[in-house]
Amino acid sequence: MDLTLKIWRQKDSNSKGQMVDYKVTEISEHMSFLEMMDVLNEQLVNSGDEPVAFDHDCREGICGMCSMYINGEAHGPDRGITTCQLHMRMFKDGDTITIEPFRASAFPVIKDLVVDRESFERIQHAGGFISVNTSGNTQDANALPISKIAADEAMDAAACIGCGACVASCKNSSAMLFVGAKVSQYALLPQGQIEAKERVLNMVAQMDKEGFGNCTNTGACEVECPKGISLENIARMNREYLKASI
Amino acid sequence: MATLDSKVPKGPIKDKWTTYKDKINLVNPANKRNIDIIVVGTGLAGGSACATLAEQGYNVKAFAYQDSPRRAHSIAAQGGINAAKNYQGDGDSNYRLFYDTVKGGDYRSREANVYRLAEVSGNIIDQCVAQGVPFARDYGGLLDNRSFGGVLVSRTFYAKGQTGQQLLLGAYSAMNRQIARGKITMYNRHEMLDVVKVDGKARGIIARDLITGKIERHSAHAVVIATGGYGNVYFLSTNAMGSNATAAWKIHKKGAFFANPCFTQIHPTCIPRSGDYQSKLTLMSESLRNDGRIWVPKNMDDVMAIREGRKKPTELTEDERDYYLERRYPAFGNLVPRDVASRAAKERCDAGYGINATGEAVYLDFKAAINRYGTEQALLHGDTNPSAAKIIELGEQVIEAKYGNLFQMYEKIVDENPYKTPMMIYPVTHYTMGGVWVDYNLMTTVDGLYCIGEANFSDHGANRLGASALMQGLADGYFVLPYTIGDYLANEIRTGEIPTDTKEFDAVEKEVQDRIDFFINNKGTKSVDHFHKRLGKVMWDKVGMARNEKHLKEAIAEIKEIRAEFWKDVKVPGNANEMNTELEKAGRVADFLELGELFALDALNRNESCGGHFREESVELDGPQKGEALRNDTDYKYVAAWEFKGEPSEAVLHKEELEFNDIELKTRSYK
Amino acid sequence: MSGLLSSSIARKFAMALSALFLVFFLLMHVSINILSLFSEDAFNTASHFMGTNPLIQFVMQPILIIGVVFHFALGLILEIKNRKAQGVKYAQNNGAANSTWMSRNMIYSGAVILLLIAVHFVDFWFPELNYKYVQGLPEDPNRYYHELVEHFQNPARVGIYALAFIFLALHLLHGFQSAFQSMGANNKYTKGLKNFFAGYAIVVPALFIIIVLFHFLNH
Repeated sequence: MDLTLKIWRQKDSNSKGQMVDYKVTEISEHMSFLEMMDVLNEQLVNSGDEPVAFDHDCREGICGMCSMYINGEAHGPDRGITTCQLHMRMFKDGDTITIEPFRASAFPVIKDLVVDRESFERIQHAGGFISVNTSGNTQDANALPISKIAADEAMDAAACIGCGACVASCKNSSAMLFVGAKVSQYALLPQGQIEAKERVLNMVAQMDKEGFGNCTNTGACEVECPKGISLENIARMNREYLKASI
Repeated sequence: MATLDSKVPKGPIKDKWTTYKDKINLVNPANKRNIDIIVVGTGLAGGSACATLAEQGYNVKAFAYQDSPRRAHSIAAQGGINAAKNYQGDGDSNYRLFYDTVKGGDYRSREANVYRLAEVSGNIIDQCVAQGVPFARDYGGLLDNRSFGGVLVSRTFYAKGQTGQQLLLGAYSAMNRQIARGKITMYNRHEMLDVVKVDGKARGIIARDLITGKIERHSAHAVVIATGGYGNVYFLSTNAMGSNATAAWKIHKKGAFFANPCFTQIHPTCIPRSGDYQSKLTLMSESLRNDGRIWVPKNMDDVMAIREGRKKPTELTEDERDYYLERRYPAFGNLVPRDVASRAAKERCDAGYGINATGEAVYLDFKAAINRYGTEQALLHGDTNPSAAKIIELGEQVIEAKYGNLFQMYEKIVDENPYKTPMMIYPVTHYTMGGVWVDYNLMTTVDGLYCIGEANFSDHGANRLGASALMQGLADGYFVLPYTIGDYLANEIRTGEIPTDTKEFDAVEKEVQDRIDFFINNKGTKSVDHFHKRLGKVMWDKVGMARNEKHLKEAIAEIKEIRAEFWKDVKVPGNANEMNTELEKAGRVADFLELGELFALDALNRNESCGGHFREESVELDGPQKGEALRNDTDYKYVAAWEFKGEPSEAVLHKEELEFNDIELKTRSYK
Repeated sequence: MSGLLSSSIARKFAMALSALFLVFFLLMHVSINILSLFSEDAFNTASHFMGTNPLIQFVMQPILIIGVVFHFALGLILEIKNRKAQGVKYAQNNGAANSTWMSRNMIYSGAVILLLIAVHFVDFWFPELNYKYVQGLPEDPNRYYHELVEHFQNPARVGIYALAFIFLALHLLHGFQSAFQSMGANNKYTKGLKNFFAGYAIVVPALFIIIVLFHFLNH
């Protein structure tokens, strides 16, 4: 199929960017979206232009590196997947596809479609851990039974890949689904209880400091999340936060 | 010149590690504060090493090319992690795990290292649970296990189908704790481009800031390389797009020996290639072979009919199908080890029976399993005479519960429903057992330069068992390196801070800068990917699943040619002082073009078939094993460690003879 | 106050609490108004009680006004902050793919409700203040019903009220369940409440519309 691509081009964080139109031809419907971008880039390199910079790595939907806002949605129109798992059969011959970087003040553009997600890192530094030494002298793993339900729920929260689609989809650029997932994972497990108060207070404080917006419960994050992280995690974080504040 | 001293401690294998730790040199806590360690790569091995080293008090500088340590490709491991906990009471023990790993590796790994790995495996699980890793549990609240290929016990711990992700996030959280304390300085989006040696000791690295393009100097008292494997030398693999061998290859060129590069694991169950545009291949977990039956059509007419779309695979009767694994290996059937399954698929496809347009795919069929489970479920529901439709419905539910996420992933990629029509699979490069040679301390042949995780060679021999990679990465990082590195650093407490304004740093930085300038100014006509794809094709066709002398010699010559052309005609657009993904790729492919040649040279040298390395010249000529791989313990029971001498093909071979005192060498048989 | 409202979650919580308070007030308001459909006397008695009881007049009423102002002011502040958090706008954004129109436009439905309140003040509350406190006219327990009926003879006013109540419904459709989510009440036990929230959001504004139409058509 032949496609028109409208892509955000921006030289670096200090430059102004703009949408630029490109044409690609003979795209197979079996290609992944990023392979289509590879075709475009090969074409650009061969014609002496600079290829479009975009983040990607594992290309199997788990590393959370790929981003891209495609036709007005984070990771494109399909559900439960990342951009690297989006396939061209979702599009039709002659389509125009708009491709933009994830937008949020806390995710400044580095170049073209690449954004800086260090703000997520700093939130994790603020409390995304259990303070246990890595000496190997911890108690036996089975000394602390954990109910299967709690373990499974914690696993569902821990499935977050930190891609930032929640922030990108949110009209308020709120990071609450991301932070809520991490807070929930530890809040659901007995190991996480000891530092539960400091963790939620510190992570939320850092989240606010980074300039993410306020959650208004539109639920867009849950729908666009490639790993299906539930809004229940935000509610749980709210509870944990109130408990810790009182 | 460095020589090979594996430094394996004396004494019975069960006591080696404990006794060694008791006598090892230590650095006192006050002195650790004055010692810097650079860790390159922050996957399971690097990330866990950073966390423990920082916790012990060292100042750690960590480097990752992604924007966060959480994105390292360890994250993609699906199945699980082995540990000899014997929670299931099925007779597991450290010795049994050790035995399985050495045997699975076809007796080409170092006994003492593997035993140590088995010994600390239990600690890994304790540690990860304490960190909040949500392993699967049973209804009693205790940890659950499953069984993996090649072993007789259930020792694999798992977190859904995302064990690698959860373990990496655990190590990442341990790092975060130390980053918050200021003990780890994290350099995200930085790529190490060379190592700096001062007086024969590794003293720092030259790195490029991938956002600004700035070349930076970083010094330390020791350097740890944890940058993973080199599977991307094949262009197509299950590795991440950015996975590269640059750090490992650069230290090789600066004096670290490279061991057994030809030991590469080709994983049998990947989604096949569908066209030339393909950038990477996706793995379907090995666990699928528990329920799937692998086949190709018996008759060439059916093959052609399926390829041309005139016939559907479901229309073939049982008589028209060739379940070749069950035919050739009646004892293990579809559950033969990875290397055997991969070669068998290749054999059928080479004979022309591949069932897709590229001729490189076989079927993995769940119909029998669906029927079996369906009948069983119907009985459980009290239905003694279920309809065919009911059986299929119930059977599909069981399959969905077991493999639902994999089936969904397959459907997203291939656009076919694997419940209704068999999956197509084909072998793909997955893991590299070979790597930088290290001694018992995990130190390379360069003083103060360490190598851990997939990047080193030591634990998996010629073939890695499922769920062992995660175990090795975390064992090296959390529990081995942080102790053994103290033995070296104990002599560094008086060194003081290492300056970076020295002639040694000047010289290496100039090398790095010159190479970057060359790429930017070369203005050739062909893209980096063009060369990478050509290299990949040579590697796959001639240094792939089955190798012979003629092809290997051709491969060496062809890789040389491609490399010469690359340096003449490669085209890198853009500038050096900005984010430039083509420039990054150019540096990595330049190194793959050298590594590929050494890879072929090593494969040529090793005229035996063992594990993932299959030489067509070395097969059983008669008897029940006729046609199967023939290992040659008389001539090749050694680690081939190569020393760089200016050109990959001029590398000098050093042999580390392998001793097996606690295990008997046997021929693997799966008939 | 500033300390309490300095974190995003505390602000959410404050927004939710004030919202639930207003939701409760609506219930009270509609309950009294419904009386006007059945009995002039009952309506007058209730209205007179509300209009003259000192507890309601001097404690509840100021709290209500503070609640309304607080909810609107905080809503506005959040909207401004959130727009800043977003930075550069998308060239193409398909919000409808992942969220409801109501949830994305609370600021606009809220603004319409604010307009309704303004109109309502001009219609009822200011004349009421004028009657009671400026002119100091004597208490008349029977005047309320007639004032109500009289006001809703003007078709334009009826139209404005009806339209505004539709926006109130839209606001409540997202707002009610959102307040519960903000307060941390979202788990497997609260799934059943979702229907109740939606029912409330539709029934209460519908009742208001019915009352207005009833008096417009019946007199």
